[in-house]
Amino acid sequence: MSRKILELKNVSKIYGNLKALADINLSVNAGDWLSIMGPSGSGKTTMINIIGCMDTPSIGSVILDDIDISKENAASLTRIRRDKIGLIFQQFHLISYLTAVENVMVAQYYHSMPDEQEAMEALEKVGLADRARHLPAQLSGGEQQRVCIARALINSPEILLGDEPTGNLDEENEGIVVDIFRRLHDEGVTIIIVTHDPEVGDVAQRKIILEHGKIVDDIDQSATFGEALKLRHNN
Amino acid sequence: MASRHGSRRRMYMKMVSSSLIRRASRLIIAVLAIAIGATILSGLVTIYYDIPEQLGREFRSYGANLIILPRGEAKITRETLNSLRDLIGENKIVGMAPYRYQTVKINEQPYIIAGTDLSQAEKNSPFWYIEGSWGNSQETSRVMVGHEIAQTLNLKLGDTFTVQGVKYGQQAEASRQDLSAEENQKRDLARQNFAKKLIVQGIVSTGGAEEGFIFADVDMLDELIGDTFRADVIECSIVADAGELTNLSTKIEREIPELQPRAVRRLTQSQDIVLGKLQALVLLVTVVVLIITMISVYTTMMAMVAERRREIALKKALGAENKLVMSELLGEGVLLGFIGGTLGVFLGFEFALRVSLNVFGRGINFQWALIPATIAVFITITVLASIIPVRKVMDIHPAIVLKGE
Ligand SMILES: Nc1ncnc2c1ncn2[C@@H]1O[C@H](COP(=O)(O)OP(=O)(O)OP(=O)(O)O)[C@@H](O)[C@H]1O
Ligand SMILES: [Mg+2]
Repeated sequence: MSRKILELKNVSKIYGNLKALADINLSVNAGDWLSIMGPSGSGKTTMINIIGCMDTPSIGSVILDDIDISKENAASLTRIRRDKIGLIFQQFHLISYLTAVENVMVAQYYHSMPDEQEAMEALEKVGLADRARHLPAQLSGGEQQRVCIARALINSPEILLGDEPTGNLDEENEGIVVDIFRRLHDEGVTIIIVTHDPEVGDVAQRKIILEHGKIVDDIDQSATFGEALKLRHNN
Repeated sequence: MASRHGSRRRMYMKMVSSSLIRRASRLIIAVLAIAIGATILSGLVTIYYDIPEQLGREFRSYGANLIILPRGEAKITRETLNSLRDLIGENKIVGMAPYRYQTVKINEQPYIIAGTDLSQAEKNSPFWYIEGSWGNSQETSRVMVGHEIAQTLNLKLGDTFTVQGVKYGQQAEASRQDLSAEENQKRDLARQNFAKKLIVQGIVSTGGAEEGFIFADVDMLDELIGDTFRADVIECSIVADAGELTNLSTKIEREIPELQPRAVRRLTQSQDIVLGKLQALVLLVTVVVLIITMISVYTTMMAMVAERRREIALKKALGAENKLVMSELLGEGVLLGFIGGTLGVFLGFEFALRVSLNVFGRGINFQWALIPATIAVFITITVLASIIPVRKVMDIHPAIVLKGE
């Protein structure tokens, strides 16, 4: 039985009279691959922001790697995020005036120490070694998202979080990114991905469905997990 | 450990410089604003420090500003004049004219000849209006007469007139009994008196006392009256403001006790007033320029922070503390200030040089100290103007800014 890396207990996020999240209970084991799905406005981004230490719940507690992050102030949330969370975004959010490898090094810089060698290796892992000296504008969307993944992973976070990471990608690039997730999963990285795309949602080990801020379904896909994997590889 | 820090600093420099270099087109306006500010500032400061000197020389066209009298009955000798010249220093002296006043008779009416060094007197008094020309030390019988005298005696340029008088140190001797009255008179004339024909070379109009004098070469006058050089007064035109003149006077009194210096207050005071007003104006313009530069840097930085909200949010999402992000933006500000300031120093010198050449007709010296000073001032200004915009970093919430659309 693997270790519990994340636990949400009775978490609510309230905006005025709107409950973006309503009494959420969720626990995630280290090494899990979780996808979060649900209609627009159901609270997916809100939930992932809370897990990613970018927001705090109105009610309830969030235990991340044995720390109750719902009680922390902004400065320590920043520190915890830096140490434990790797973020990827739908819009990639690369720094336009820095090259691919420099963008990866920025994450090292804020975390501890920039190390070009290591950053290059991370880019190699996502198959971008030959594009390392390009500026984001000179990269395709798929390549930018791979830089973004390399940046998210460079400091070996506990959890990789992605809010619609394939939302701006075509099918081919979506496949490349999902393959990278699969490899990371094999290496034991905990992955939590918000997605609208059923295919991306289905390849995860576990899928939760949000509606009106509540978890309405929690599907264990580990039975078909290997299948999906095989299917992909047979393609 | 040292190399680890070095590596962090290298990344910092990389980010700051890349941001400026790769976004150069966006920053040209900001650099330009700072450079223009620095140009005007360093130009004005250069002029500010040069004005006293420039204006001092300019003011010397309004006449002597230091009058030197002998103390007591004794007159001023050539040696004293020379030691005075040495004491003041050749480079400070615009003109230094000794005057000897001698009563003479023309048509039995008394007039005064002022014997002087005409070329020095000319330097002292560029504002005199001269009909004809100044006399010189070669043709000494050619002299200048005051406008008033020219009118009374009905003299025109080129006319001659005769001056007569008693030689220096001679009293009229008692008439000798054994000679007739005419013979006595003749004897007196030969021994004690002088007479000389002079030619009107120039007619002086000043609107002042000068119009009642005859100006002649002092050596000619000395010879005429049979004496060596003895000046009643020395008029000096010196490059100095009121304070320097006072110091100089004290020095002269101490070093050459037989002299009694008097600063011409009316002149030195108005020089100081004009100078004060000009410098105040320059100071005011400088302050205004600094404020305008600050405002433009402020708005530029404000726009920059707004424009880069996503980037700032991203950095914060990656775990950057506010302090770190702010220090990067300030670093960019410092670099902008440095580039703009450096450009400005050199453009500013060019500007000051042109102003000086046009207004005063003289060049100026490049003040090397102005380079670090201007750069420092503009770095300070950009940093100060950046404080409020950069603090906006604290209000940027990554979750809100980075939200997928
Ligand atoms: N800062 C906020 N202030 C007020 N209401 C908010 C705020 N952020 C989110 N909400 C509301 O909370 C609800 C959940 O928003 P959230 O962004 O989590 O939805 P989502 O599931 O990510 O939707 P989408 O699929 O469109 O991204 C929405 O109704 C939204 O309007
Ligand atoms: Mg969302």
